Amino acid sequence: MNNAAFLTLVRFVFLVLAQVLIFNSLNFLGTVNPMVYAIFFYWYPLKTNRALFMLIGFFLGLTIDIFSDTLALNAIASLTVAYARPVILRFCFGVNYEFQNFSFKNTTKLQRLTFLALLVLIHHLIFFSLEVFSFAHFLLILRKVFTTGLVTLVLCALLSSLFSPKTE
Amino acid sequence: MQRIINFILRFRNAFLYGFLVLISLVMTVRSHSYHQSKFFNSSKWISGSVYGWGADMSAYFGLRQENQKLLAENERLLKLLFNAPVDSIQTMDSTFLQFPVMGARLIKNSIASPRNYLTIDKGEQQGVHQDMGVIALGGILGIVENVSNNYATVQSVLNTKSNINAKIKNSQHFGSLIWNAKDHNTVQLIDIPRLVPLVVGDTIVTGGMSSIFPENIPIGTIKKYELNPSRTYYNIEVSLFNDMGNIRNVYIIGNRDREEIMALEERTTNE
Repeated sequence: MNNAAFLTLVRFVFLVLAQVLIFNSLNFLGTVNPMVYAIFFYWYPLKTNRALFMLIGFFLGLTIDIFSDTLALNAIASLTVAYARPVILRFCFGVNYEFQNFSFKNTTKLQRLTFLALLVLIHHLIFFSLEVFSFAHFLLILRKVFTTGLVTLVLCALLSSLFSPKTE
Repeated sequence: MQRIINFILRFRNAFLYGFLVLISLVMTVRSHSYHQSKFFNSSKWISGSVYGWGADMSAYFGLRQENQKLLAENERLLKLLFNAPVDSIQTMDSTFLQFPVMGARLIKNSIASPRNYLTIDKGEQQGVHQDMGVIALGGILGIVENVSNNYATVQSVLNTKSNINAKIKNSQHFGSLIWNAKDHNTVQLIDIPRLVPLVVGDTIVTGGMSSIFPENIPIGTIKKYELNPSRTYYNIEVSLFNDMGNIRNVYIIGNRDREEIMALEERTTNE
């Protein structure tokens, strides 16, 4: 097992434990439980086998689901984020993200934040739409996406700067 | 054929995505309609043990508060016991009790989702079965849904699928207790007829119509009430006695007559 795969495994376990033991019982302002594990899709290596990435995302979501009794909602949301990531990458960083020497080092802070925000937005939108499962509660869905998404985004941004590579 | 294979290979990621989404949708929708997912729930040993460790650690932060709660409960029960008529206590042999009670620890709580499930650290080996009632000091909490060897998941009253028989304490009129997913301190009591006199602050307790909870377990008080659109029944907002976000110790209540009642009801509806 090489270094990158090991790092991914450690992140997987660490994020699942942090999510189910800490963030799922946070109940910030009553009911806001940020889904911080979405940062996995931000941290995952950029050059990757797409199918493998989707499978890993799916199992990450499913693991969270088993712990939080949410059927397969996290699995669908995570899978979709994993599937849509190349598109989001192209949107945020332009075509040059496909070049060999591209890395987060030569991007601006704003670009990275947009990337993270879009990942979180897609994840939360799908999760809460399916969780509430009714278009009659459209405003409730939007409110949940907005409040929870904002908290998730802040926490993810903090985490990403806390664990950023030292070479930056 | 070659073309079809090429086509599939070219869009293999999209196919994989569709396939996995389909699997998860089937899992989700199937359990939406009836029960919680049978195979993927937090009563399983790995998730149960992780929550068990987590609860072990966080239990230390609330020990003093929890002890005070238990002391208050003991005080109340001892008061009842010492002031009860003597001959009513004589027959209290645990083998004849209709409602056996078992203590358990809540290792996973949830209040933020529309379908909340809790996890407790007692399971099949300790005699927990599906459809046993679960209460905390303040009142009802939910109903056991899935059981593994050492853990069980509980469908909280804060679950849009929850439907519990409840009544108004002083007038004995009963209705159904449901939750509209809006506020985790408030549940709704519906199907109370219009002619029932209601007062804000009245106590709501469990009714005797279900074989899950014994009668007269406290639930909450009436917060406000209004007639439903057809003006025949009341919709009552009930504020819960329990602080649902802050519960550590629970009691599981069984019913020895449940199987008999269920069998009888089954036979009656089949005829």
